[in-house]
Amino acid sequence: MDGTTRTRVSAALFRRPWLRAGLLLSAPGGWFIFIYLGALFLLFLSALWTVDSFSGKIVHSWSLANFETLFKVSAYRTIALRTIGIAAAVTVTDIVLAVPFAFFAARIAPKRLQAILFVAVLIPLWSSYLVRVFAWRLILSKDGILNWFVGNVGLGSLNIGYSNWAMWIVFSYIWLPFMILPVWAAIERVPDSFIEASADLGARGWRSFRLILLPLILPGILAGSIFTFSLTLGDFITPTLVGGAGSTFIGNVVYQEVGISNNVPFAAAFATVPLVVMGIYLLIARRMGAFEAL
Amino acid sequence: MRLAKIDWALAAILGAMTIGVTACGSSSSSSGGLPTKIGNGEGQLNLVAWEGYAQPEWVKPFETATGCQVHAKYAGSSDEMVTLMRQGGGSTYDMVSASGDASLRLISGGNVGAMNVNLVPEWKNFIPQLQSPSHNTVNGVHYGISLQWGPNVLLYNSSKVKPAPTSWEAIYSPKYKGSVTVPANPIQIADAALYLSKAQPSLGITDPYELTEPQLNAAVSLLKQQRPLIKKYWTAAADEVELFKNGDAVIGAAWPLQTNNLQADKVPVGELIPAQGATGWADTWMLAAHAKHPNCAYKWVNWVSTPKVQAEQAISFGETPANTRACPFMEQIKKGSCGRYHANAPSAYFESIKFWKTPVKNCGNGKSDCTDYSVWQKKWTEITA
Repeated sequence: MDGTTRTRVSAALFRRPWLRAGLLLSAPGGWFIFIYLGALFLLFLSALWTVDSFSGKIVHSWSLANFETLFKVSAYRTIALRTIGIAAAVTVTDIVLAVPFAFFAARIAPKRLQAILFVAVLIPLWSSYLVRVFAWRLILSKDGILNWFVGNVGLGSLNIGYSNWAMWIVFSYIWLPFMILPVWAAIERVPDSFIEASADLGARGWRSFRLILLPLILPGILAGSIFTFSLTLGDFITPTLVGGAGSTFIGNVVYQEVGISNNVPFAAAFATVPLVVMGIYLLIARRMGAFEAL
Repeated sequence: MRLAKIDWALAAILGAMTIGVTACGSSSSSSGGLPTKIGNGEGQLNLVAWEGYAQPEWVKPFETATGCQVHAKYAGSSDEMVTLMRQGGGSTYDMVSASGDASLRLISGGNVGAMNVNLVPEWKNFIPQLQSPSHNTVNGVHYGISLQWGPNVLLYNSSKVKPAPTSWEAIYSPKYKGSVTVPANPIQIADAALYLSKAQPSLGITDPYELTEPQLNAAVSLLKQQRPLIKKYWTAAADEVELFKNGDAVIGAAWPLQTNNLQADKVPVGELIPAQGATGWADTWMLAAHAKHPNCAYKWVNWVSTPKVQAEQAISFGETPANTRACPFMEQIKKGSCGRYHANAPSAYFESIKFWKTPVKNCGNGKSDCTDYSVWQKKWTEITA
């Protein structure tokens, strides 16, 4: 390509910004359409197939049998509701923990302490997810650190290892940084003058928080909640490791159906449930302005 | 995790597609082509095995002797073994240590092929019941070489469970609420049925794997009552060991392997076969229909059939060898182990164990009103959800 062609091409592209944008976006766009949407499409497609119970082979004929089973068998309803319920509980817990922490870190702590707190929030993310879950398993087990501590204080013993309580604690711990960071950013962005103006007009701390700060940081909280909610919704490792007798998650059923029962279509059908739940959640979050804080 | 979920789905779909494609492309090989001699090893051997079935103790010497590098994938249940052998068109793994509730499914699914027992000289020394048992020999064709067998035992913490239990009732009674553990495996329904066959004779259960609908429902309702007593349904032997070590479980259904591991770690545990008897397993090394390393596979079954390796595995796992000549080798490794693991027991002991088999519609008495395994799987999901 000599100099004139190059000039001409760049001039042509300059005059047609849509073409320039199209060329730039073709690679990521193609990836998005083929890999991301394509996988979603295949997921729905295979959910409509069934498996022959005797030979274990997939029958390629359309039926809604998998979705029918999902709705009719109460066990799957229980599992779906448990998954959504714990994801919601974890999200609320993380909001309650993250907002005061982020408020202190962003507005009260001196600069040096701020840096230390920032690192402290991030440090757990440097270690493996599995290591942290296993650590909790040891902490919560019957002869573990928690019961040793509780026993020494004279409160008898707690029996929460391998239970839904254990899952709630571990999930809340693991996803907390994903809530703190967006909330921190949101609180940092609120100008001091707003709070001062509120105080000048006679509002005390709680009222200023409720009427001024909270509406302004709500998008940050929602952004964090998308992480905590969706991460819990899709997990299957924590329920396996710290869950008890009644701790099956949607992810565990999907894993069992693929890895143990070899029923990929049913797994696909069940996997669409968190997808739909997340879709609804994202729509609501968008309405409330969550994406402005990302 | 959204992205991870998509990856998962993608993997699932790709897996499904591979299965679909290879299922269409594969053709059944003729059964007349049994090998008549074992050729040179292919340098590799991929196994699907029960936890503890590929210990360095006997794998390392095998690798040195034959040059076949062993890669073992542990599976936690018979269902998982069947699935692993079916994935990827059935050529990912060369052999599987299938129990009786998986072997017939693998044979009828065409996932495993016939084997020539004449290439395994030690086979003639196996106890008669395991030379051509119905779970691996169909119409006189051998689909594998028997390995070891044993009972599922009642495991308990001897310092916390006093007096020592004598009946399976211990894992169904509220006495140890919140400290019971049983396998996360649908075949566990048979354990409940075995208990009911003695506790409620009016149900008329004669074989815990051949249950009519009312009999199955009785077993399921017993297991549903048991559910609140359970600390955790264990999926890997190591899981159960940890539960007992940390005091989270004090009683449960187990393999003798867990007892051995816990006793080695100085945890005070005992095991027994309760008054009602026990379910159990008789395992077979089966050769994948499309195995890539058949010579190494034949070398492997020969290796694990020798009296010495049979003895090593029997003691390590706590099971009974198929080879009748293993007894003196067991005594050499550990005094009294031959008797402890029943290697010299009369055949009545073998008959007393209700070996795992796949529940089918055909009840074996001319009637076909029994519940099949897919019903068991559904019920198990209901129990544990």
